[in-house]
Amino acid sequence: MKNNATKNILISISILFITIMLVIPLIAVIIYSLQDGIEAYKIAIFDKYTIKALQLTLLATVSAVVINTFFGIFAAWIITKFSFRGKHFLTTLIDIPFAISPVIAGLIYILVFGRTGWAYDFLQAYDIKIVFAVPGIILATIFVTFPFVSREIIPVLNAQGKDEEEAAALMGASGFKIFTKITLPHIKWALLYGIILCTARAMGEFGAVSVLSGHLRGKTNTLPLHIEMLYNEFQLSSAFAVSSILVIMAVIILILRTIVEYKGKKAGE
Amino acid sequence: MKININKRQKTMIKKRVIPGFGISIGITITFLTLIVLIPISSIAIYVSGISLNEFIEIITDKQVVSGYKVSFFCALIAALINAIFGTILAWVLVRYEFIGKRVLDGLIELPFALPTAVAGITLTSLYSDKGWIGSIFAEAGIQIAYTKIGIIIAMIFIGIPFVVRSIQPVLEKMDTQYEEAATMLGANGHRIFFKVILPEIFPAMLTGFGLALARGIGEYGSVVFIAGNMPYKTQIAPLLIMTKLEQFKYADATAIALVMLVASFIILLLINMIQSYVNKITNN
Repeated sequence: MKNNATKNILISISILFITIMLVIPLIAVIIYSLQDGIEAYKIAIFDKYTIKALQLTLLATVSAVVINTFFGIFAAWIITKFSFRGKHFLTTLIDIPFAISPVIAGLIYILVFGRTGWAYDFLQAYDIKIVFAVPGIILATIFVTFPFVSREIIPVLNAQGKDEEEAAALMGASGFKIFTKITLPHIKWALLYGIILCTARAMGEFGAVSVLSGHLRGKTNTLPLHIEMLYNEFQLSSAFAVSSILVIMAVIILILRTIVEYKGKKAGE
Repeated sequence: MKININKRQKTMIKKRVIPGFGISIGITITFLTLIVLIPISSIAIYVSGISLNEFIEIITDKQVVSGYKVSFFCALIAALINAIFGTILAWVLVRYEFIGKRVLDGLIELPFALPTAVAGITLTSLYSDKGWIGSIFAEAGIQIAYTKIGIIIAMIFIGIPFVVRSIQPVLEKMDTQYEEAATMLGANGHRIFFKVILPEIFPAMLTGFGLALARGIGEYGSVVFIAGNMPYKTQIAPLLIMTKLEQFKYADATAIALVMLVASFIILLLINMIQSYVNKITNN
């Protein structure tokens, strides 16, 4: 009886907390975005600057996912399948972007490629623009999501051990074959999970991108930056309308995440 | 000495049956160096160009110190609140069955998936004097948006998944037989929680707390809108870096950033130390 009371209180606290902190904001975005009517909503969504911003966000996200997946697989392979000195140090180095403020992530690229940076003269000579241009935005997005894929694969590979790969190698299988036939089936869900997390963070990155973008409308504005601009111009319902695109993407990501996690758990059993 | 190392290396190479060491380490280190290490080291290079006096002058500037204080204080309060609610949430999600549990579990991750700028403008609108929640508090004379309370709320929002996701796996693995034994020996719920459960989940709580704290200190997007950015009151450290960059005061921005970096590395180091300590205990 007493146990039931505690249970009900704790469940009520949890539901109340989640409702106030997470559910109400989610509903608020949708309601605020529609407060000037559906026509205004459509105009904000199909605005040419919104479309441009969406394209840039997609470009940065896809670049970050491709590069970090490629890197993540090799990094996880080296960390879990071999023993060598400085392994722990390497793992810590890979995790650095995780612990850094996004604003600092933007700053470091300014220091390298910006006007006072040591790479500036070289870039000038070859007429390459990184800071306040698209490459800078892509670089910043890659940086903030750098450890996302490897972090998800490493624990799974660690748990799996390396006996199977060693046996395959002794029997003469090539590295590529070992990876696709033995390792990949094990890490399939973790890899997908990492890619989903990477996508979520990449499409929403704000601080780092904000430092490097220069806020040129239609050129270097990603969706989050476009939202900031609209908000600062007091075009609130437009800002929320554009936000709703990202909210829908976030909800899709959450659903995918739940499915992948469930499948991964099932596969693990 | 040299021969010894060579011998050791040889035996290590012999042990490497699995192919792909060379190419994997090559790719890993190249990417890591180009994307992370070189850009990060540019902070150290840049700071080394500033004289020590100048550096101290920048980071002890009144406005900068107050920025650090605001960021750290608010992140600390938010992380403490998250440690409490995160533990309750993790407990409820692991131990109880109820309708809508799956949805609740999925929602925990919302702050990871929702772009920080969207969270920022939404929270600001909700908690401003005219917002749905802000207006209720405004009647009682409490202002939330554009005060430290607002900053704390934004930091609770972004920090909650870190705590829940740190504690959840530990609770899932925990054997209920100790609690059952304690109950049979006559311990009450209160005592069981503090003597049996809390010691088990405390390291995970601390990890989640540390992650939420680090995230809160560095957070920009979700906080900057609700903060209102009044100097000495609600100006957060990351915003100071942003402002200095806009004024092309790169030395100032870099010096402020270095202090923040050192602070977050200390937090990360402490987390790692706790984790390896816990691993040692559980392995024994």
